[in-house]
Amino acid sequence: MLMRKTCITAFVLFALACATQAHAQTPYGIGRAAMPAEIAGWNIDVDRHGDNLPPGSGGVSHGREVFDQQCAACHGARGEGGIGEQLVGGQGTLATPKPVQTVGSYWPYAPTLFDYIRRAMPQNAPESLSNDDVYAVSAYILSLNGLLSADAILDARTLSEVKMPNRKMFVDDPRPDVKNPACMAHC
Amino acid sequence: MTEPTDTGKDIGNDIGATSRRRFLRRSGVLVGGAVIAGGFAASETVVASESGDNLPPNVPEWMKTPGDPMGSQPYGTPSPFEKGVVKNIEKDLPQYLSASGRTPLQDLDGIITPNGLFYERHHAGVPAIDPAQHRLMLHGLVDRPLIFTMDDLRRFPSESHIYFLECSGNPAYKKPYGKTASDLVGLVSCAEWTGVSLKLVLQEAGLQAGAKWVVAEGADAAALTRSVPIEKCLDDAMLVYSQNGERLRPQQGYPLRLLLPGFEGNMSVKWLRRLRVATEPTYSREETSKYTDLMPDGTAREFTFYMEAKSIITRPSGGQRLSAPGFHEISGIAWSGHGKVSRVEVSVDDGKNWQEAQLQEPVLTRALTRFRLPWHWDGQPAVIQSRAIDETGYVQPTLAELLAVRGENYYYHNNAIWPWRIAADGEVTNAYA
Repeated sequence: MLMRKTCITAFVLFALACATQAHAQTPYGIGRAAMPAEIAGWNIDVDRHGDNLPPGSGGVSHGREVFDQQCAACHGARGEGGIGEQLVGGQGTLATPKPVQTVGSYWPYAPTLFDYIRRAMPQNAPESLSNDDVYAVSAYILSLNGLLSADAILDARTLSEVKMPNRKMFVDDPRPDVKNPACMAHC
Repeated sequence: MTEPTDTGKDIGNDIGATSRRRFLRRSGVLVGGAVIAGGFAASETVVASESGDNLPPNVPEWMKTPGDPMGSQPYGTPSPFEKGVVKNIEKDLPQYLSASGRTPLQDLDGIITPNGLFYERHHAGVPAIDPAQHRLMLHGLVDRPLIFTMDDLRRFPSESHIYFLECSGNPAYKKPYGKTASDLVGLVSCAEWTGVSLKLVLQEAGLQAGAKWVVAEGADAAALTRSVPIEKCLDDAMLVYSQNGERLRPQQGYPLRLLLPGFEGNMSVKWLRRLRVATEPTYSREETSKYTDLMPDGTAREFTFYMEAKSIITRPSGGQRLSAPGFHEISGIAWSGHGKVSRVEVSVDDGKNWQEAQLQEPVLTRALTRFRLPWHWDGQPAVIQSRAIDETGYVQPTLAELLAVRGENYYYHNNAIWPWRIAADGEVTNAYA
């Protein structure tokens, strides 16, 4: 009996110790828990593998309509650039004196296109396009670059599968890469 | 100028007639100084025709009547005579939502940049954020996803440090090159930052295994996103709410920004609203299509975080003029993302011979460092330049040395030595322009 009582007491003490320890894991006890729905509402990050791409889909032909309405005024009728950046062309120019860096010639990952359009475009009304429209306009821009056929439809899976031509041309930072001999006199 | 109301009016946008007259007279005083800013030279003739009413032996007019009463400027602004010292913003850009404004380095002294002159770079304008409705969300590979209010963040132990911040593209490698120090490297500034160590905030949430990167997102219309290696986050990274003693200015990320000392400026995400702990970078547009460095062979360097050692002479510098042969102090700023500046060397003979400049103490890690060298100008044409050496032993390179390795298409991280040419008449210009 005494043994059992001791055990129970020990258990309660242990549990209390655990609870105290759990509390001690937050050194300052500042902030409140972020609820899953709150995180889901804010976390629109899409990584290079397409993780966290939302449901929905859109094709090249609808993408052209979206582009004409929302993008062409700045980026040109066929993505040739204007106030906004050139989005199309430039493949084969990166190692020349006049490189043209576009989605087609430079961007290494297709899901980044969805991520950027959704969070930042159109510049006058970011996060105003539906996910379907973002898939569609992504498809149109990729098709203008010759990376999708004219009847292609993109969703989370197919966008993640698009292989960008410049994918393997990115390298790590090798700096310091330039050496000044620091001549002091009669240089 | 006898009534306080007139004085009050002068403080507004325009300078009254009396003040303008004062301004011209004041310019006359400057003519006697060592260095004349280019813009002031035109008033010389006007000044010559003015009488010396305010000069010895006369009593100046501003001693004959009381000055502005207390409270005429609840938030102080510079003298109206300094109204030309403003951010250097390029004219005729196609758009100004994604653009930058430069610090007028050649008009500043010491190492601290006044908040109103701190350089700006934003990607979709400056948001107007109500701090009471601003939240920082911390989630991803953490034990306890958390949301903080601004009051919450100010409850953490605070710290203050002086660090420079520099835009990665400062300047480009291609011509045309700028005329002034500000044109060339005005996308660097330095301030005392106050906030909380990012490490403390991450520990509050508890990092999980596999936490290698922290993806930071701004609450601007670009929702600008950059990935930061966990090593930096657990080292000297800060969540900052104050700059030079006062709350951040909207242009600097009010009410909250990330600050990554020594890293390219865009990574110190402004208007910070979210931190996601992850195993991989997010490969956002701003770390793939932008802020990557294109090499001549078509490869591109990614995640090029550090700003390497650099310096520039700010006085005398492009756009200024030496009034006469004789004594002139050469002064400038040096900095390195890799730590402290250990030496600055200056050449006054077009790079043939170099001598060590004095460094203003204390020399701080990843802060601007002011250097000075006394100089006697003999009135002959000269080319002057400076080079910084940091505590890793790295020496600031020449533009030719950079171009030989990186080529002209390499847009960011130009830390070249920049020489100034001084003509026989004292005019100072960019030696490469």
